[in-house]
Amino acid sequence: MKLNNIKLIVIAMLVSFTAYNCSNDDDNSFTPMQQTPPDFSGTYVQEDQMGRPAINTVFVSSADKNTFNVTVPSNQNAAFQTKFQDKLEALNPAHTDPMYTNALGFNAAEFTGALSTDLLTVSLNGTTTFFDGTNVLTGRALADDVISTELLLIFGGPTGADNPGLTDDNVSSNDKAFSASFPYLASPW
Amino acid sequence: MKKSKILIGAAVIAIAGFIAIAADHIDAPAVAGGTSDITDIYGFQGQDTDNIVFVANVQGLISPANTSTAAFDENVLFEFNIDNDGDAIEDLVIQATARDGKMYFFGPTAPSQSGLNSTIVTTATTNSVDITSYGSSAIVESNNGMRFFAGPRDDPFFMDFVRYTQIVTPGDDDGDGMEEGAFLPAGTGDGFASDTFAGTNVLSIVVELPKSMVGSGDSVNLWVESKRKQ
Repeated sequence: MKLNNIKLIVIAMLVSFTAYNCSNDDDNSFTPMQQTPPDFSGTYVQEDQMGRPAINTVFVSSADKNTFNVTVPSNQNAAFQTKFQDKLEALNPAHTDPMYTNALGFNAAEFTGALSTDLLTVSLNGTTTFFDGTNVLTGRALADDVISTELLLIFGGPTGADNPGLTDDNVSSNDKAFSASFPYLASPW
Repeated sequence: MKKSKILIGAAVIAIAGFIAIAADHIDAPAVAGGTSDITDIYGFQGQDTDNIVFVANVQGLISPANTSTAAFDENVLFEFNIDNDGDAIEDLVIQATARDGKMYFFGPTAPSQSGLNSTIVTTATTNSVDITSYGSSAIVESNNGMRFFAGPRDDPFFMDFVRYTQIVTPGDDDGDGMEEGAFLPAGTGDGFASDTFAGTNVLSIVVELPKSMVGSGDSVNLWVESKRKQ
């Protein structure tokens, strides 16, 4: 009700202002305030890209980080799989043995073969999670402890029991609670 | 508490000076600290289980003091790329770019071309939402079953990145005379694990839409790109 009153007053003022213009400013036709439509023209050129968390950070060497960001995913495997495997074997030397696997049953070549095409697979018919104890790589939810999952797959070996000091960073949740409803993320600090 | 936050902040800045930060925060020299730097992406089922939610976070490690002035760059286009036939090439894109306090969304639509260069598909379904300002409650735009948000949020990423860096950097980095060989135990205070991203903000773009608009199979592949106007 209050808002309506204010609106009426504003309209009345606008009308009188317009009327005043019409009757007294014959030389210039009155043009209402008009916003220029936004400009969406032009070509946009790629600078950064991301699929799974921390892939560029963990698996790509400093010299290649910019290149990785401008290599389309369908070309990433050919350009980076060997480099990813070298990095994985440097982080966890046990992976130099092709018989050694991680908890997914992947050896170094298979694991880096899967990771080097940097896409986040998102399920359309079930649970969406990076890893929840049962489902693996079916999405990424806000609360997923993605780093500990990756550490486990890099350092943990076939049962997850190898390198126990390196398979969990012991930070397992966010510093603010998420919302169950849109937009889901917490308000800023 | 305050002092430890300041110390952590200082450590983050020191580390950011010479090394990339997880998840994708400051991941590469060309984008580090810039307006096109993607920090994280998420893809998950919505509260309405017929819907899927895509999140792109950009410009990480924004302190509360700097959040009110942090802004989306109007020369940068963010693209949610959706591959729904498993060939790692985008079949659909949702493009998002800011103009005059609003975030505009185009799509989902077939891109005019796949790959590193894009033009905005202005003929596609277009939506917009007012960018939520710091300190205001979230402004949400709903239209044709889709929902949109853009603005500052708490960084949802968490990790003891400081410790990770000490572990992968050879030598004694924390001055206790020993090479760091393990993560710290869970707990509070010195000598315990801590979230390097606690107390920091990002700029978020959130889209929720019916699953049927992105694909008809069991899953899609998602990645996000940032592209700058030439």
